Amino acid sequence: MKSFIRIFAVMRKEFLQMSRDRLTFGMIVGIPLIQLLMFGYAINTDVRNLSAAYVDESDTHISREFIADITASQVIVMKQRVASVYELEQLLDAGSISIGIAIPDDFDRRILERDRQAAQLLVDGADPIIVGVAQQLIAMPIRFDSQRRRPQQAALLEVRNYYNPERRSAVNIVPGLIGVILTMTMVLFTAVAIVREKERGNLELLINTPIKTPELMLGKIFPYILIGLIQLTLILTLGWYFFQVPIHGSLVHVLAAALVFIAANLSLGLLVSTVATTQFQAMQMTFFFFLPSILISGFMFPFDGMPAAAQNIAEFLPLTHFNRLIRGIILRGADITSMLDELLALAIFAAVALTLAILRFSKRLD
Amino acid sequence: MNQKQIAITASGLTMRFGSLVAVDNVDLEIEKGSIYGFLGPNGSGKSTTIRMLCGLLTPSSGSATVMGMDSKKESESLKQKIGYMTQRFSLYEDLSVRENLQFVSEIYAVPRRQRKHRVAELLDSFSLNDRAKQRSGTLSGGQKQRLALAAATLHKPEVLFLDEPTSAVDPQNRRDFWETLFELAEQGTTILVSTHYMDEAARCHRLAILDEGVKVADGSPRQLGESISSHVVEIEAEDPSSARLSLMKSEEINSITQLGIKLRVMIPKTVNDPLLLVNGNLHKANIQAKTEQVFPDLEDIFVSVTQQRREGQGS
Repeated sequence: MKSFIRIFAVMRKEFLQMSRDRLTFGMIVGIPLIQLLMFGYAINTDVRNLSAAYVDESDTHISREFIADITASQVIVMKQRVASVYELEQLLDAGSISIGIAIPDDFDRRILERDRQAAQLLVDGADPIIVGVAQQLIAMPIRFDSQRRRPQQAALLEVRNYYNPERRSAVNIVPGLIGVILTMTMVLFTAVAIVREKERGNLELLINTPIKTPELMLGKIFPYILIGLIQLTLILTLGWYFFQVPIHGSLVHVLAAALVFIAANLSLGLLVSTVATTQFQAMQMTFFFFLPSILISGFMFPFDGMPAAAQNIAEFLPLTHFNRLIRGIILRGADITSMLDELLALAIFAAVALTLAILRFSKRLD
Repeated sequence: MNQKQIAITASGLTMRFGSLVAVDNVDLEIEKGSIYGFLGPNGSGKSTTIRMLCGLLTPSSGSATVMGMDSKKESESLKQKIGYMTQRFSLYEDLSVRENLQFVSEIYAVPRRQRKHRVAELLDSFSLNDRAKQRSGTLSGGQKQRLALAAATLHKPEVLFLDEPTSAVDPQNRRDFWETLFELAEQGTTILVSTHYMDEAARCHRLAILDEGVKVADGSPRQLGESISSHVVEIEAEDPSSARLSLMKSEEINSITQLGIKLRVMIPKTVNDPLLLVNGNLHKANIQAKTEQVFPDLEDIFVSVTQQRREGQGS
């Protein structure tokens, strides 16, 4: 009973402080809103409109048709026509184009004879995504009227796109973003919430009272669970409104996965707070954890494409498991019971981090 | 014989931080319902001793009990019985005065019905009623200190630890603060207060003088004054600086302090008639002055006992 009074006291105090700290309050709503809009529109793996230039040394109707066809694909935007390959290289060096197309003066003959490549693509290979686009261009079927009809070759494989037939990146990004935003805000908020009390001397008061460590920790965690749920709702609603991201699975399952994930991140935040002595340190430690979470959790790059070592590390990040869960539920309509092992991994992470935090937090000064 | 009840004991309390000995073998015995002072300069181990007594620091060696409970082993159950006012204001600056007190009342799990009543009572007795809705960060030094004391006494602790409570407070507020402390002591609260103000230390029932972690003397201010090994002579001269010069020649004189037009001179008790010595010196230099032997005040005591200890170390 006394425990409940104390946990409730800490919670109430936390809400009061939060409502008075406009910056934190703004961050609760602002971070999801800005990041969702920013990433939702900006991260686009389905590349279009790369700037390009070309040099056409043959200048026949076939070569002009070829340029028109390639421009019509919308993959590239033809910025200008230059006089020589050398100029093309200069533009590439300056970074003003990503792709250059060089058409030699014997283009027509090369097309007809098909004994060599007809034209050349100059590609800014530093960016793998642009190289990917070049591959796409190579595969582009271009027919020319003057060309003799060849028997159509059937492709070996046919692609059937499940879950995201229109190939919109936002569909993949938005559910992933739930995890990213929750990781960032939840770890940071709790870590800072306790370290702030250390810095301001409030902890000196608290450790002299009969409050027990788990009571203090739980009282600190609960308000932020609520905030996490507010953010979740915000992201799902905005994602549906702006990017038409559908929720195929059950909302209850989304909620369940999110709750366990939030608990894991809050526990981690508490652990950080027991190590850090200043808010700045807490922030640094949070980012140390945040960056790998973004990069190797499968949010940015497909998990299966990563080297085994990175995959093994990623298994220790809560975001990896949450991404599988949330994408499964939202995009594939999967049942959470089919992914209990992911849920279990998150729960174990939360339990371990919380236990360590409680053990590390001492009501003594030494 | 009236039996003394003891609230706090310590034996051989020692705290080492690496090679630094912050508190060195301190023994204490503090009576219930008394105000006990720790007097010492910054870094003399006052805060560290208090923290060990509260169970916030584990002593390197030695032990302590507060209200019969071991500070080290029973520190958690001890917390309900003690109140602690930190050197730095440690309540929440972004909460109002009332919210802070309410929070503390909940942390101490004061029964629901009594909570409101107790908070109102404290607001009243610490004259914080008209500030109840103000954020505590915007209070003045004196108000902050009253709030901190109110919070520390909210659960009616039997022992109150005050770590330099008046460092940010003006003299009038300090006087009021001490009135409150005496009231609390009369109600039976044992109060341990650390300070580096001599006038505050003089108000304590008993005090211990700490120097570099060592307890160099303890007793009531009266006892301490009687026990020191120096006479104190006060000299009122028109030209204090030449009087000072004439006295500095004498090897028997330990220290000379100037207070306005007065000089305070300490002479070892081995000299039988200190007035004769002083007057003789002044006479030789042809200086007109009024001299009087006075009872040592705490500053004299402090200088005397710390000097004694350092001399003892040197030999």
